[in-house]
Amino acid sequence: MSGLPPYASTGQRVWYYSFRVICGVIFFFLIAPILVIIPLSFNAENFFTFTPEMLAFDPAGYSTKHYQDFFTNSDWQLALRNSLKIAPVATLLSVSLGTLAAIGLSQSHVPFRRAIMAVLISPMIVPLIISATGMYFFYSNPYIPIPFYGKLELPFTLTGTYWGVVLAHAALGIPFVIITVTATLVGFDQSLTRAAANMGAGPVTTFFRVQMPLILPGVVSGGLFAFITSFDEVVVVLFVGSAGQKTLPWQMFTGLREQISPTILAVATILIAVSVALLFVLEMLRRRSERLRGLSPG
Amino acid sequence: MTEVLAADGRPLKASLNRALRRQKLRALALIAPLLIFILVSFVMPIADMLFRSVENEIVSDTLPRTVQALESWDSSSGEAPGEAVFNALYTDMALATEYKSHTRLGSRLNYELTGVSSLFRKSGRRVKRFDTDVYADAFRDADPAYADPSQWAAWMGDDTVRAAVPVTAATYDAWAKMIVEVDNDDPAKEEPWDFVYTSLYNEAVAGASLPVAVDVSGVEPVSLREQFVEVDKNWLDIDVWQTIKIYAPKYTNGYFLNSVDLLKGPDGAEARPESERIYVVLFIRTMIMSLSIMGMCVLLGYPIAWLLANLKDRTANLLMILVLLPFWTSLLVRTSAWKVLLQQQGVINDVLVWIGLVADDGRLQLINNQTGTIIAMTHILLPFMILPLYSVMKTIPPSYLRAAKSLGATDWTAFWRVYFPQSVPGIGAGCILVFILSIGYYITPELVGGTKGVFISNRIAYHISSSLNWGLAAALGSILLAVVLLLYWVYDKIVGIDNVKLGG
Amino acid sequence: MKTTLKLMATSCLTLTASMAFADGHMANEMTIVSWGGAYSNSQQKAYHEPYMENTGVNIINDESSAEAVAKLRAMNEAGNVTWDVVDVVASDAIRLCDEGLALEIDADTQLADGDDGSKASDDFGDLLVSECFIPQIVYSTTVGYRTDLVGDTAPTDICAIFDTDAYPGKRSLEKRPINNMEWALLCDGVAKDAVYDVLETEEGQAQAFAKLDTIKDDVIWWSAGADTPQLLADGEVVMGSTYNGRLFSLIEEQKQPVAMLWDAQVFDLDGWIIPAGLTPEREARALDYVKFATDTQRLADQSKYIAYGPARASSAPLVGKHADLGIEMAPHMPTDPNNAKNTFLYNYEWWADYRDDLDAKFQAWLSK
Repeated sequence: MSGLPPYASTGQRVWYYSFRVICGVIFFFLIAPILVIIPLSFNAENFFTFTPEMLAFDPAGYSTKHYQDFFTNSDWQLALRNSLKIAPVATLLSVSLGTLAAIGLSQSHVPFRRAIMAVLISPMIVPLIISATGMYFFYSNPYIPIPFYGKLELPFTLTGTYWGVVLAHAALGIPFVIITVTATLVGFDQSLTRAAANMGAGPVTTFFRVQMPLILPGVVSGGLFAFITSFDEVVVVLFVGSAGQKTLPWQMFTGLREQISPTILAVATILIAVSVALLFVLEMLRRRSERLRGLSPG
Repeated sequence: MTEVLAADGRPLKASLNRALRRQKLRALALIAPLLIFILVSFVMPIADMLFRSVENEIVSDTLPRTVQALESWDSSSGEAPGEAVFNALYTDMALATEYKSHTRLGSRLNYELTGVSSLFRKSGRRVKRFDTDVYADAFRDADPAYADPSQWAAWMGDDTVRAAVPVTAATYDAWAKMIVEVDNDDPAKEEPWDFVYTSLYNEAVAGASLPVAVDVSGVEPVSLREQFVEVDKNWLDIDVWQTIKIYAPKYTNGYFLNSVDLLKGPDGAEARPESERIYVVLFIRTMIMSLSIMGMCVLLGYPIAWLLANLKDRTANLLMILVLLPFWTSLLVRTSAWKVLLQQQGVINDVLVWIGLVADDGRLQLINNQTGTIIAMTHILLPFMILPLYSVMKTIPPSYLRAAKSLGATDWTAFWRVYFPQSVPGIGAGCILVFILSIGYYITPELVGGTKGVFISNRIAYHISSSLNWGLAAALGSILLAVVLLLYWVYDKIVGIDNVKLGG
Repeated sequence: MKTTLKLMATSCLTLTASMAFADGHMANEMTIVSWGGAYSNSQQKAYHEPYMENTGVNIINDESSAEAVAKLRAMNEAGNVTWDVVDVVASDAIRLCDEGLALEIDADTQLADGDDGSKASDDFGDLLVSECFIPQIVYSTTVGYRTDLVGDTAPTDICAIFDTDAYPGKRSLEKRPINNMEWALLCDGVAKDAVYDVLETEEGQAQAFAKLDTIKDDVIWWSAGADTPQLLADGEVVMGSTYNGRLFSLIEEQKQPVAMLWDAQVFDLDGWIIPAGLTPEREARALDYVKFATDTQRLADQSKYIAYGPARASSAPLVGKHADLGIEMAPHMPTDPNNAKNTFLYNYEWWADYRDDLDAKFQAWLSK
């Protein structure tokens, strides 16, 4: 694909260029909504509508008032703070537990591997609405089932609490961590840990000084997926959370339902900017990992 | 044959086995925390929810005496039940009204039979003012002991009295429990309510020996059947009683029958009337639309993945950002943006009219129908197709294609016979991922799907938050989950879950 | 290695920090549930802000009124009610009261007397539709239309919805049977007071669906209150049903080319309930809030921000001008005699019974 050979026939040339055009159209399809969001967030009106003033590039048709609204409105600020409080903790939970489990799963002799994997991946495959309602009921009245005894009811409730939302989001993020970390571990050379052990390193030292730096890109990218899962999650938080845990997507959802305001688009634009920054970080990490991998044997 | 020994003198085989066991344990110890976490925070809630699809304790909990009395009623007799059932209903209703559970039961049964809700609400309001106060007056007039709360408490603590008037004793116990739980009062200081005297009267008439003998023959009996019928003549409706009887057991398959447009009748499952059938159509539609979305994703995702896999890394990574950016933009915002783009006065139609492809009065209907759902969801799920495809294509050496061509294959043959078969695992992975994710979606279809572009999940959400028919929601959810699990199993068999990569 | 350490350290910090932040129903905090948007804003300005200033209580807004009944039931099952005061429509209040999920209120002892000295129960009058319900506003579901899209003769009655010859184009209606079935029968020649009797029969339902069938292809069904105003602003629909306050804001505040009908609009109530099962302190505070927020002056104040009628008779003379626009609000109230000439009374009891059944039929009809 890297360039057209000089001996290409006319047919090949036509195909080569039309293929590029097709791909261009698909890329356009992918980012079209974003191209709409950004200008509309500077709309001077309170609707999701391209006004005649905007189309005429009249400065009167544009304004930054929706950005001001986002930064001054206490509801939006609370939602932003909540999102920032919930997503990192949920991510940390899924990353730490998920990485350990992925290392366990990547060992050569794991009994019931397929079954365990299926359970761990399940939060990704169970339709969200089912997960949300199930968690809603169960977190309201958590219990531990004891065979031949019945239910041991726990004396607290998780619905409408911070930890309830964090637990739910952590569960939803886990499949992403498992998938990316196991994928990185497939390429991990187990002889490195043996070498470290040979030289007298304990399992903890080996993990942090040998294994972790090499699988870090997988862990980070799994973590980013888990973070985005929590950061963009609306169905579960609507059910499990309450006003105290109102996150950005929650605020957007009620906003879309009760009063359409381009503030939602302003928030989205800011988030897009953050996403671009995150993607950039991811790309840097990937390049770093490639450098490290270049050094590792095999 | 001599046994091979390890360095420490044990047999090598045992030593190896021990090492293997230790390795297994260590692996399990690493997995255990997460496994327990997922089981508790995720699998249990799902199991708990699925249980609601068969659970049906509310009828026998709210109307225990009525349910028991109904056992001897023959639903095919064509007659509403007799006085005994209404006596039981009176006690149940009087208690349920205090617990305020009668209206809850009413709305539960209203899912099965329209009108039960108001029947229960009306009867609950009136049940305290039934004419049964004549019994209470008769007893109190006959002997003041019957008006003394502490005397009642003493009788009910006495086993011989309890044995003589067992029904009254049970009714009194239920009443006392209610007084403590609802009113926070001491039953020994409260005079029993009319329904307790009613039980006592019924037993006295049947010849039971009362704690203090009273001649009740002079009391004009009050027909509770008539009292209830006076409140609402629907108490004579056989359908009401049939519904109560059918839903009396603690577990029911009624919700599942309902989810496939059937009805739980007295003689088993029946078809629902044509005008109420929705779910089978919805399930089929959800499947077909998810398949279309999956097809669209393959169609659009394959060229992109191919391009990305065959470009120089630097360019590919740049273009990859275009794929990942929408993936990381809020789903709600993207869906709203599609609304702006697709509506009849929207950007796409405006452009088409401006170019002249479409007449101004013939603007295309792109939203609030299946087209809208398919476009928006294809967009949302496309990255889930591109990423696995890309990671598979990256592993196909470009030299294979060149070899095929140098052996005389045309471009098409080389692609179709050499490259495509090797990319099939990626297509499989992407397809199943997109399909599984799409059949569970509900927010996007809700916002852009109109009436014909909504999925079964929308109905589940409706039953959870609006109609409060949680049992039906659970049954619909169980069916959906079963379908997804089946697909997952197929996927694991064909592709293997380890082969999913998310671009990292 | 350094990065790893840093990463771990930051994560640990985040964890401790968020644990410190997390949770805890602070002693001086209450959660008030409402609908969000402009409506919540009007409550914020008219009730919450003065109340917070007077008492120092911090009010958290939760915009979950749409799911109030479901969530309150689940909270009740769990024995952990996190809401203090909930704004619901009257039919939901009746349901919550029936199920024992809301506190019963004695209007005369627990609510403020009217400014004119009338007892609370007289001041609210018939609007006290349930023992648990504290009325707040009267609103109407009515129809708005684009003045520039309806041609020369603007619609004057509700049946314009069904008249696709005179008013071609899309119309938006709510995606539920309530209101639509009634309007369909009214426009099919059924007398106003016979609507529910007719709708109770199979034939009546078929008649209503047949009437709706005539416009089925021209309807965009809405489920969120914000939909119709957005659709009208886009010119995506010619006319659509929505709440009168939304139309007021669209016409007067946003200056869109839209006008509204006051014909066969469906009269309904919205108000507060206090969930059952609060601790005594929280219950006392909730009652204190409700008493403050539903006094004569406060109810009249709300109408400065949104065009819904105050539920107290004594508030009516105090209705003044819009806070920002400075226009008289009285003529925009659904209770204004000029607007209430031909209203349609919504039958709560009837819909409590037929809601599930008709909804199933309505959904089946929609998907055909």
